[in-house]
Parts: sequence; structure tokens; C-alpha cells
Amino acid sequence: MGLLTLLILIPLAGAAILHFIKDAKSAKIFTLAIALVAFVVSMIVYIQFDSSKAGFQFQEKLPWITSKTIAISYYLGVDGMSLLLVLLTTFLVVIALIGTWNSTDKKIPGLMALILLLEAGMIGVFCSLDLFLFYIFWELILIPMYFIIGIWGGERRIYAAVKFFIYTLAGSLFMLVAIIWLGLEASKVTGVFTTDFTALQVASSKLSLHVQSYLFWAFAISFAIKVPLFPLHTWLPDAHVEAPTIGSVILAGVLLKMGTYGLIRFNLGLFPQASIDYASVFCILAVISIIYGALVAMVQTDIKKLIAYSSVTHMGFIVLGIFSMTREGLQGAVIQMINHGLSTGMLFMMFGMMYERTHTRAIKDYGGLAKITPHYAVFFAIAMLSSVGLPGLNGFVGEYLTLMGAFQSSVLHSWAYAIFSCTGVIIAAVYLLWMYQRFMMGPVTNEHNRSLRDLSKREIFSLVPLVIFMVWIGIQPMSFMKLSEKGMNAQSDTLLGARQQSGYEIVAPKVIVK
Amino acid sequence: MSSLSNYLIVSAILFMIGASGVMFRKNVIVIFMCVELMLNAVNLTLIAFSQFMGDQSGQILVFFVMTVAAAEAAVGLAIVISVYRNKETVEIDKLNLLKG
Amino acid sequence: MSQLIPYIVAAPLVGFLINGFFGGKYKNKAIAGWVASMAVTASFVMAIAVFSEMLSMPAESRAIHYKLFDWLSVGKVNVGISYLIDQLSIIFILVITGVGALIHLYSTGYMKGDPGYTRFFTYLNLFIVMMLQLVMADNYLLTFLGWEGVGLCSYLLIGFWFEENKNNDAAKKAFIVNRIGDFGFLVAMGVMLVTFGSLNFSDVFGAASGMGSGNTSIVIITMMLFLGCTGKSAQIPLYVWLPDAMAGPTPVSALIHAATMVTSGIYLVARSNILFALSPATLTVISIVAICTALLAAIIALFQNDIKKVLAYSTVSQLGYMFLGLGVGAFGAGVFHVMTHAFFKACLFLGSGAVIHAMHHEQDMQKMGGLKKYLPITFATFLIATLAIAGIPPFAGFFSKDEILWKAFSQGSTLLWVLGAFGALMTAFYMFRAVYLTFYGKERFDAAHHPPHEVVPAMWIPLVALAALSVLGGFLGVPKILGGGETISQWLEPIVGKGEEIAAQSQIMQGEGMEIPLVIISVVVALVGILMATRYYKKRTTLASQEQKLGTLYSLSANKFYVDEIYDKTIVQPTYFLSNSILYKIVDVKIIDGIINGSAAGIGQISGMIRKIQTGIVQNYAVMIVVGILVLVSYVLIF
Repeated sequence: MGLLTLLILIPLAGAAILHFIKDAKSAKIFTLAIALVAFVVSMIVYIQFDSSKAGFQFQEKLPWITSKTIAISYYLGVDGMSLLLVLLTTFLVVIALIGTWNSTDKKIPGLMALILLLEAGMIGVFCSLDLFLFYIFWELILIPMYFIIGIWGGERRIYAAVKFFIYTLAGSLFMLVAIIWLGLEASKVTGVFTTDFTALQVASSKLSLHVQSYLFWAFAISFAIKVPLFPLHTWLPDAHVEAPTIGSVILAGVLLKMGTYGLIRFNLGLFPQASIDYASVFCILAVISIIYGALVAMVQTDIKKLIAYSSVTHMGFIVLGIFSMTREGLQGAVIQMINHGLSTGMLFMMFGMMYERTHTRAIKDYGGLAKITPHYAVFFAIAMLSSVGLPGLNGFVGEYLTLMGAFQSSVLHSWAYAIFSCTGVIIAAVYLLWMYQRFMMGPVTNEHNRSLRDLSKREIFSLVPLVIFMVWIGIQPMSFMKLSEKGMNAQSDTLLGARQQSGYEIVAPKVIVK
Repeated sequence: MSSLSNYLIVSAILFMIGASGVMFRKNVIVIFMCVELMLNAVNLTLIAFSQFMGDQSGQILVFFVMTVAAAEAAVGLAIVISVYRNKETVEIDKLNLLKG
Repeated sequence: MSQLIPYIVAAPLVGFLINGFFGGKYKNKAIAGWVASMAVTASFVMAIAVFSEMLSMPAESRAIHYKLFDWLSVGKVNVGISYLIDQLSIIFILVITGVGALIHLYSTGYMKGDPGYTRFFTYLNLFIVMMLQLVMADNYLLTFLGWEGVGLCSYLLIGFWFEENKNNDAAKKAFIVNRIGDFGFLVAMGVMLVTFGSLNFSDVFGAASGMGSGNTSIVIITMMLFLGCTGKSAQIPLYVWLPDAMAGPTPVSALIHAATMVTSGIYLVARSNILFALSPATLTVISIVAICTALLAAIIALFQNDIKKVLAYSTVSQLGYMFLGLGVGAFGAGVFHVMTHAFFKACLFLGSGAVIHAMHHEQDMQKMGGLKKYLPITFATFLIATLAIAGIPPFAGFFSKDEILWKAFSQGSTLLWVLGAFGALMTAFYMFRAVYLTFYGKERFDAAHHPPHEVVPAMWIPLVALAALSVLGGFLGVPKILGGGETISQWLEPIVGKGEEIAAQSQIMQGEGMEIPLVIISVVVALVGILMATRYYKKRTTLASQEQKLGTLYSLSANKFYVDEIYDKTIVQPTYFLSNSILYKIVDVKIIDGIINGSAAGIGQISGMIRKIQTGIVQNYAVMIVVGILVLVSYVLIF
């Protein structure tokens, strides 16, 4: 059995075993142990990974649904980008479990089983190299998330869960159709209906531009909903607000990245020409997401909603980087995925800790907490500043690279994309600092808050690793980015090379100010 | 020996009687008996064909049908009893939980 | 000696980490102050060591590169955490660590007893680290790290007393306004990367010097960099944060908002002098913005009653002078003024801090007066620094300001000089107004019950040191015409020489032989300012009445030209309205969610109609099945 299969099976098996554990405490300990084992296994994958190669490693391929005309296989493999995301997943699950240890008493074994199921699904999504398998994992994630929101969520949890479910399901049906279509197109070339990623890459290069663009959009809509890209983002605030803390952490930390991962892997990988053609459309949407998300975040009165809208902004940067198609843009997008997972994950987790104590999400109920809970204020400040994109912390690296990618992109014909996105940097400071001020600073306005406990040892223990990684990525980003360096550089060069061959003229970005 | 069509006509009539019963009778027990009637009509057809075509497999199939029908009768009646315990009725009109 | 370079940064970093991690456990809080002060002092000593080594080297080889490690190397973005120590950065390093060390020492006295004592020194050390990154970086990205880092420290320190929302608002405003400037910096870096393919100083300047003057990309880059500078160095239109920043503790105002951080814009322009020299349009913009800022801030400073506000606006005004120097292509003169200004303005702020300390946190000058006899040392040092800022020879400000004014005349225009001299008149006036209101006249406070005391040695030693520097600092730049050696411009020549040369090509020189008369005029102008202040304020016991007679001018000045209110009405509120009432409540909730929920509701309605078919009676279904079969069978039979 390969390591990747093991990595998927461990949480799956854990989820199954949890069926027999009825006691809340032992269920939690067991789940944490399983998550730790998964993390260790993913670290082994990391250690054995050879970052000097661009292609997929740890490949495992078993025939699954096969006949003379069908070749669907169980096909796993990772490259640098997916490995980083797998590591993020296993790491964040452990951290989230520790951080939200006491956040709920309701049906713990069930919750734990769903989280492990979710983890298996997420790892599966990032490792699948067969689109059929990918689709199964993609859909598999919906179910545990639906129940996590629907059972352990806030007052409007059913509405949020259903909205989340239907929104994403509607999107992924487009993808299903596209996968089947693509398989049929492949069978025209090879005579076999296949959903093998590498085979499809070959087949899709022979598609007519029309078909390519239909398929491109089918995939893109599905991923854009997951990202979420304006105007398909409205499920996110509801889902985040209603989800329990651990759900929010995983949703923001990992689930959203599935969308951007898909955009890089499948849209850029399978439909290079269509991606170039529609790059400007996506970048416009990305720029709108950046500015719109930030402006809307600014006026929120609910902290979780504010953080949710800030996700829209951050994910916009990732999409901008992806569709700039430059080395800087793609590398920046990858590291920004990790960064967003860490910083937004940490914001949600920290707010969850406060919510456990106060049970209110309204900003107006807080104020002056820095005096009462100084440690909390320090950690929250670090997470907030990482989200603001302060140089020296992780958030900056990703944002900066994606912006530089957008500036240099030969696919986008103008600097306007990058310049408008830069304004997102200003507004990010506005909404986050304002939130921090109303949350942490000033006089204590709510007398109930006077008796709040500061962070416990366990909570600090769960936050410190996040902070370490924030600083580490901020100061030494290359130690992470070297994993995905070869793959992303190759992808960027292929894309821009394809553009040269197809007879497009490479135009340097226009100067927009005279 | 009469012709095959005589058998088939009888069996078709039996089947139509059974089907009409299923469609229009109110009592679940009666509906149930009508289902049996339809099954037996099919059995008759099977045997008739088997006889006239000289193939024994039709008759074997009939045994299977009869066995299944017997099992089905047992399960069906059990369901009817439990429905009656819950609803105090076996009138099919009253059992409309699936109403949209 | 160059191996000392990383330790210059490391020392305050270690201080920051020690205080940050163990600060909460100190039994005696004073340890935090000593750790921090020692760290910065160590840094200063090492900087002097490096400096003395540089002195011993020939001028061309004084630039030392020191690479610590790679930071980002992706595509064309290829930058390291690597330092460049040369004639320009060493001046800034010495000022930062030297003045920084004095201010740390001062703070040990000033902040004594404050509950956030440890936190204060932690932030202060972090600030020194970031400021050193800014001036030591050998590429724009690392400069930007320092640039944002000092912004963060400024934010933290302005809002140091975070329990008052007024302070938090000021801190937030500072950070956000600075971020608007940073937007410019970011865009400039993007364009730079496209144009030159690198962010390292040497590559950029090397590539740029081969380009023609007025190249569009360079114009954009420099304009955007200058936008960054207007934010950090408080120029029109982004100067509004600096006066509010006085909400922070006074040592912070001295260190960050007078001596070091706010001058980083000047550093950036001086560092990029070749780029700016190649863009005459930008230089013109800088000169105009600079002179407007200098005058506007000076006018506002005329009638402020808060002693720190006077100094704050005076800082804005002096920064305007520095930019004026840069704008006319006299990069060395701008840097010289940065240095002297750091001395006398830090001295003024610390002096005002001593006054505020003695007056039990009273900042309103209308409630002071006659402090001369209570605070003799503070008074003497404050007076020296005031003479320096007013431009009275032989104090430091005289030389640096006069060099800027002279360059403004000879390389700019007569109008710039006239306006600049007018600004100098106002400077002399408002500074002496402050001196008279604070130290002279009748005591307008309850001297009997709360007699003010002279400050402790930890506080007056820095004052004396800075006052001494305010006297002596100017002699580094005595112009040739007065028999001096122009030491500082000679020193900076390898860095800014090329830029000044290029800039000079697009300028018309004038005024040969006019230097001495102009110097005399400007000294006379300053003296007139002082005399006016003396006439109106020295003996005055009741205030305001006289000033209010000035009518519109007074109310505009006292209300800071309503700039904050205008920004609020034209930018802040419309943005909020747009975001809240239009984007969120209409676009997001009504339109997008409306479509989503509407389509769900539509499907629900259709199903509501169709569901009637489901009667729930099994027999009806059976009938339908049979009817369906009959229809199908008859269809097959007929066709």
C-alpha cells in the first residue's frame, strides 16, 4: 500500500472505528491520535518528496472500473502544490482539534467521525489524479461539512447548511458533465473512455477551442463557487457564521483551497488555451472580489461574517495570481493558499475561543479585551496582522507575489488589474484594524466581559505552532515554496509557451498613465 | 387438447380481474388476494407456453413464483397486521401518508 | 568590521525578544528599560565602529554589502535579507541608533510607573529593528518590510494607551493613511519589476542610469514612490495622521514622529536619487507639494495651543523643507537637514515631554507659563533647539535650512525661495511663541500646590546631549562660502552625486554670487519672526483675545483648515455608505442572495404545483401505471 493511500485510509478507518466509541473524551483523544498519525505520515511523504522534480511523485495506480472501452483507475500522486496542501490539511486538523477541544459537548463521537471523514476527503481531493476519483472525493466532502454545519451550528444552521450544500453541489454537477464529456473526447482519440489526468492532458490538447472553452467554464464555475469568487460567494458568510468553530477553521483553512487548487490543476492544466482566453475575465472577477470583499467586510457587525468576507478578498488574490500565469503569480497563489489557511484559520479559531466564553458574535458586545485578556490580544493581533499582509509575516509574501505576477503578466494586457488589487491592501488595513480596535482596545464597554479568562495553556499550545509558521513563512518563504517551485515554474512556462506557439502576440503590459 | 390461445385468454381474463381488483378495491386484504390472482394468471401463461413449446424451464419458473408468492404473502400479511395495529384500519384510502 | 553589520540589527532584535518573552516575569520592571537601552546603545557603538572603518577607506569603496540569506526568489523577484551600508545609510543608522539610544534612556525616566512599561520598551526595540531594516536594506522589498514594520510600531505606540479610544483612533488613522502611501510603494515596485526586472538597488540604478530623462515608466515609479513618501513623511495630502499621532507617549513622538520614521521618505528619495533625477516632472511635483506642506503646516502651527501639536505641525513643515531640497535636486541638502532636524526636534520633543511630565500631563500651553525658573535645564536645552529650528547661526538648523533655501533659489526658482523664507519667518514666530507661552510670563497654573520639578538625570542627560548636537551638528555642513568644508555633501557625493548631476541637467542655474546676501536676508527674516513673537507673547498673561482678532486666518489655522473634516465628508463617509448601504445591503443581500434564494423559492413553487399529482393513494398510482401501459401498448400496436 502506498503512503498516499495510507494517508487517506487512516482517517477513514478512524471514522469507522469511532462508531464504536461512545465516550466523548476517549473519542476526542482517539481522533487526535488518528489526526497526529495522519500528520506524521504526511511528514514522511514530505521528507521523501524530491523537490527537484516537477512531475507527480508517490504515484499509485490501480485499475478500478475497466472494460474494453472504459479505463477508470484509482490513481493517486502528489506534486509540490498538492503536497503543501496535504500538509496544511493534516496540520490544521490537528491544530483545530486541540484548539476547539472543549468547544462543544454535543454528540462528540459523531462530530469527530465527521471531521476524520472530512480529512480523508480533503486529502483525497488533493491527491487524486483521476478525475472520477477526484469527483468522488470532492463530493464526499460535502456530506460531513453539511452535517457539521447542520448539527453543531448556530441558530440558522439548517439554512446555512442547505445553502452550502446546494450551492456547491450545483456547481460540481457542471464539473461532472465536463468530466464525462472530456472522457468521451478522450475516447475519440484513444478509443477508451478515460478520466486519467495525464491522459486527459494529452487528449484535451486536441480539442477544438470551442469545446475547450465550454469545458473550461464547466470546471471553472464549480471551482469558482468553492473559492468563492464574486458573485458566487454568498454561501460563504452564511456557512461561516453558522458553522461551529472547528467547521469554520477547516472550511476557511482547507476547503476553499480546493477551488483554487482545482483551478490550477485542472483549468490551467487541461485547458491552457481557454485559460489564456478567459484570464482577463477571471482577473476582473478576482479584482472585484478583492475590493468588494474588503469593502463589505468593513461594514460587518458580526465578527465571523467579517472574517468570512475577508476570505473573499484573500482568495481573490489567489485567483489573480493564478490567472496572471506568471511564475510569481502561480507561486504566490500556492503560498497564499497556505497563508490564508493559517491566518484565517487562526482568526476563526481564536474567535471561537472567545465565543466559547461569551456566546456572542456581535462586535459591539466587545471592547477593551486587551486589558482583560492580554495574551489573547497578542495572539489575535498576530493573526490579524498576518491577514493584513504585514511584511515579515506570511500574508505579505503571497499577496506581494500575486500582485507582482499580475504586474508582469503578459496574459493580462494592463497594469490596471494589479493597481486596483493593490487598493485591497489599504482596505484590508481599514477593516481589520477597525475590527481589532472595537474588539480589543478602548475602554471595557460590556461589564460581562470583565471576568473573562485569558487563554488557557491548551489554547496557547494550539496557537503557537500557527504563529511559528506565520513568522517562518514570512521570513523564510523559500523553505516552503521550493516544494512547489519546479512544478509551478514548469506550468507557467508551458502556459506562456503555449501562447507563443498559438501565434498570439506577446504584448508588454500597457502603460495606463501617461 | 384445446389450443394455446384458450389458455392465454383465460389467463388474460384472470389477470384483468386481478388488476381491476388491485386498482379499485378498498380493502388491503382483497387487494392482496387480487395480486395473487395476477400472479397465478402469469403462472398459467408460463405453464401453457411451457407445455406447447416443450420446454420445462417455464414450469420450473412457476415453482419459483409460487415460492416467492408464498413468502410475499407472509410478509404482506405481517405488514397489513402492523398497519392495522397502528391505524386501526385496512382501508387503502386512509393510508395516504405519501400524499404530496 | 563589516561582520558587525548583522549585529547592529541583532542587538535591538534580541532586546525585543527578551523583553517580549520574559517581560511579564520581571520582578523589577526597570530591567526592561535597561535591556532595551543597552541593546540600542550596543547597536550604536557597533555602528560607530563600522563608521570609523568606513572613514578609513577610500570614498569609492565605502559601500559594504552584507547578505544574510535569501528571502524570496521567485521568477524575477529575487531579493535577500541583505544589507547595504554606505555613506547614506550610515548617517541614518547613526542617527537612528544614537538618537534612539538617548530617547531610550529618556524613556526609562519618562515612562516610570506606567503599567505598560515593559510593553513600551518592547515596541521601541522592535521599532529600531524595523527602522534599521528600512535604511540598511539593499533592495526595495526589504526596505518595504522596514517601511511597513515601522508603520506597525508607530501604530502600536500611538495607541500605546489603548484604553482611550481617542488614542486608538489616532493609531488607526496613522496606519491606514500610511497604507495609502504603501499602495504607492507597492505599485512602484510592480512597475519597477516590469521595467528593470529587479528590485535590488544596484540593478535598478544601473539599468536606470542608461535610460533617458523623462522615461514614462520612471515617471510612474517615482510618482508612486513619492506617494509612499507623502504617507510616511507626512506631506500633503497624507500629512493628516502626524498631528494626531501625538496621542502617543512623548518619547515616541520624539523618536518616531520627529527624528526617524517620518524621515524615511527622505531616505527613500535620496536613495533613489538617480530615478528621481531622471524624472524632472516628479521633482517639480515634489517641490510644489513640499513648499505647500511647509507653508500650510507652518500656518496651522501658528495658533496651536497644545505644545505637542505645535511641534507636530512644525515637524510636518520641516519635512516639507527637506522635500523641497530633494525636489530641487539637492539630495545631500535634504539628508543634512534630516540629521540636524533629528537633533533639534528630538530635543524639542523631549523638552516638551519634560514640561508635560513636570506639569502632570498637561499639554495646553495656556495653562503653563513661567516655567523657566522651575525647569532650568529643560528651558536651556529647549531654547537652544528652538534657536536651531529658527535658523539662527551658528546653530545646526541654520546651516541645513539655509543650504536648502539656497538650492531652492539657485536650482529652483525665486518664488520657491521667497515662500521658503516666509515659512522660516513663521517657524521662528511659532517656535518662540511656544517658548514664551511655556517658559515666560505669569504662571497660569496652581504653582503653590503642584510646583513643577526639574526632571531626573535619566531625562535631562539626553536633553543636554541633543542640545549639544543641535549646536554642533551644523558644522558638518558649513558651506564653502562661509569658509566651511561641506563635509556632509562631500561624504554623500558618491551616493547622490550622480543624481544631482543628472537633475542639474534639466535645471537652470541662477543667482551666482547671491548666496551671502540671501543668507543674511534669511537670518534677518528669522530674527523678525522672533521679535514678533517676543512683542506679542513674552509679557502676555492673557491669551487668545489678540489672536482671535485675526478672524478668518485664525479660525482656519486653529481648525487646521478643516482638512480632517473635508476628508471625512468626501472620502470616509461616502466609502462607508457605498460599502454598507449599496454593496452589502443591496448587492450582496438583495441582488445576489435574492437571485439565489429566489431561484430556490421558484423551484419550490413549481414543485408545490406538481406535488398535487401525488395523492398518496396507491391505487391511483396503479391506475396510472395501467393506463400508461395501455397507452404504450396501443402506440406500439397502431404504429
